[in-house]
Amino acid sequence: MAAKTLTIDGKQISAEAGTTVLQAAREAGIRIPTLCHLEGIMDIGACRLCLVEVKGTTKLLSACTTKVFEGMEVTTTSERLQKYRRMTLELLFAERNHVCAVCVANGHCELQSLAYEQGMDHVRYDYCFPKWGMDLTHPSLGMDHNRCILCTRCVRVCWYIEGAGTKNVAGRGGRSMVISDMNEPWGDSETCTSCGKCVMSCPTGALFSKGSTAGESERDRSKLEFIVNAREKKQWTV
Amino acid sequence: MSKRIIIDPVTRIEGHAKISVFLDDAGNVSDAEFHVVEFRGFEKFCEGRSFSEMPGITPRICGICPVSHLLASAKAGDAIMAVNIPPAADKLRRLMNLGQIVQSHALSFFHLSAPDFLLGWDAPAETRNVFGLIASNEGLARAGIRLRQFGQEIIEVLGGKKIHPAWAVPGGVRSALSAEGAAKIRAWLPEAHQTTQVALGLFKKVLETHERETQLYGNFPSLFMGLVAPDGTWEHHGGRLRFTDSSGSTIADQIEPRDYKTVIGESSEDGSYLKSPYYLPLGREDGIYRVGPLARLNVCSRMGVPKADEELRNFRSFGHGSVTSSFLYHYARLIEILASLEYIERALADPDLSSQDLRADAGINSLRGVGASEAPRGTLFHDYTVDRDGKLLKVNLIVATGQNNLAMNRTVAQIARHFLKGTEVTEPMLNRIEHGIRCYDPCLSCSTHAAGKMALHLQLVGPDGSVVKDVVRD
Repeated sequence: MAAKTLTIDGKQISAEAGTTVLQAAREAGIRIPTLCHLEGIMDIGACRLCLVEVKGTTKLLSACTTKVFEGMEVTTTSERLQKYRRMTLELLFAERNHVCAVCVANGHCELQSLAYEQGMDHVRYDYCFPKWGMDLTHPSLGMDHNRCILCTRCVRVCWYIEGAGTKNVAGRGGRSMVISDMNEPWGDSETCTSCGKCVMSCPTGALFSKGSTAGESERDRSKLEFIVNAREKKQWTV
Repeated sequence: MSKRIIIDPVTRIEGHAKISVFLDDAGNVSDAEFHVVEFRGFEKFCEGRSFSEMPGITPRICGICPVSHLLASAKAGDAIMAVNIPPAADKLRRLMNLGQIVQSHALSFFHLSAPDFLLGWDAPAETRNVFGLIASNEGLARAGIRLRQFGQEIIEVLGGKKIHPAWAVPGGVRSALSAEGAAKIRAWLPEAHQTTQVALGLFKKVLETHERETQLYGNFPSLFMGLVAPDGTWEHHGGRLRFTDSSGSTIADQIEPRDYKTVIGESSEDGSYLKSPYYLPLGREDGIYRVGPLARLNVCSRMGVPKADEELRNFRSFGHGSVTSSFLYHYARLIEILASLEYIERALADPDLSSQDLRADAGINSLRGVGASEAPRGTLFHDYTVDRDGKLLKVNLIVATGQNNLAMNRTVAQIARHFLKGTEVTEPMLNRIEHGIRCYDPCLSCSTHAAGKMALHLQLVGPDGSVVKDVVRD
């Protein structure tokens, strides 16, 4: 496949055609913050954390869904980007009820880590304090909609890695929610295989193993990557 | 003309409150009330959460005694899972509670109350605090602060942090005591013992010169409640409830904490967010009971450790039957620190504390769970009702300070009656009334399930409700 040459933050790199800016940057050792991206599943550009500037367009583009092209000039850090990233994070925190101190994911949460990293010391927007509940009907897994940022990682792992298709999104805008099957209690789902990949993929404490207490939810995302690699490289084919 | 005096807010206590003193037409005190003016709503907003999260959420009620909520909450969780937790987990929880008793009692004695009786009731308000204590007796103040630190260290060694450790969980605890942790506590024990002995010596001297305070600071007959072991020994994180009356007779014994509703009624009053529990069989008027160090030392048959038992004998010489003066809460607190240190020493010799069998696992096996534990200020109950999935439908927390509410009202009335003369209100007078509250070491954050800064505001209010005199102290 043809290689494309481009610059990211002034660094000359070459990447295969079809590669995303995010992949190219990571290969070159340049870090772009992400939230809805998860190695091994398709990207959807939902969270807007990986926004980058590309010369020639005034629009900010999501690095996870923008493909490299010849002569592309990408900037991953600038005052403008910093401002939007922080704003995005603040809006995520204001939208639902995130209480880090008592959350199962405290200390192991991607949203929390990003907020620290981006210097989010307060939220300038009014908190919405929406009324969301928990789904504890599944025997071993639980969902707290208060902590969901609608990244849909769980939906994508459920469909594209496990192949169960249990998790879906219902509703519109801020009232969107992750549901099980046709919006049934999770415990009643006939399609859920209880594999727990959704819990493993969740960047926050929205999905958890029941019985976990504050700060106990540590996830090993490399397991998901392992499954994808094994499948794509036919390591399990007999 | 009859008046009402309001002290608002009350200082050097943990939380935000005010006191109203009612005067009759002749200018004599007719009654007094302690109001807690904060509202927190934990019982309500925990509804809909998972019971297993509660040991993480409820300690946030308070930064002084988070461990009490942690442990009571974990216990309520044990009951919902209907499990017997591993013996090592129970011993470790006990060790943490002992650390908590030491740190909280040291805070109450050295930081909050000692400035009154060591520096003098009439000492200027700006120096009558822990900084004044440091200026007048640095060695004592430092030792007191270190004693509190010792208790906090135990909590940190076990739970990973001093405040709000999410360490106890339904079914047990997360981690054991490390060898280094045990060594650290062991090495610190002699110093803690020494400070406690010094404080005991000091307070016994104070008692010799404070006969009037002993007589007047909340000295009245009431019932007392606390947890005791099956053989009646002092208990802090197990056992069952015992009530004794002021003559020292046991009127109810070995009541399972989960059956607390058969012995405790709750009333609420206008003007305070604090509920007023009372001993149900005797009704609200006669059923007034006290909890906390004074009560625990009155209800128990013995402390179960030698040095504290010796002190207990001396303590009991201050009463006929039960010790009824709330000024002796301070003495009881020191004896409990001593007992805790002796129990900590004993616990450290137990090899079980490094066990790896620490957490029982189970589903929902009971739709209601009650956890009771002795918090430094008295018996704490967490009562949870859940659905089949473990989601909380109802949360009831009965907190130590609430149980002392009626007694605190009576105490401030008694002190006000004696020290308030006419409409001339002086600062030392106010301070004495406030000290009546400090005896109980109330924790208002807990009792209203509160954060706030203490200052003092006193109003004289006429019978028509008009404010006659207004005294504010920041």
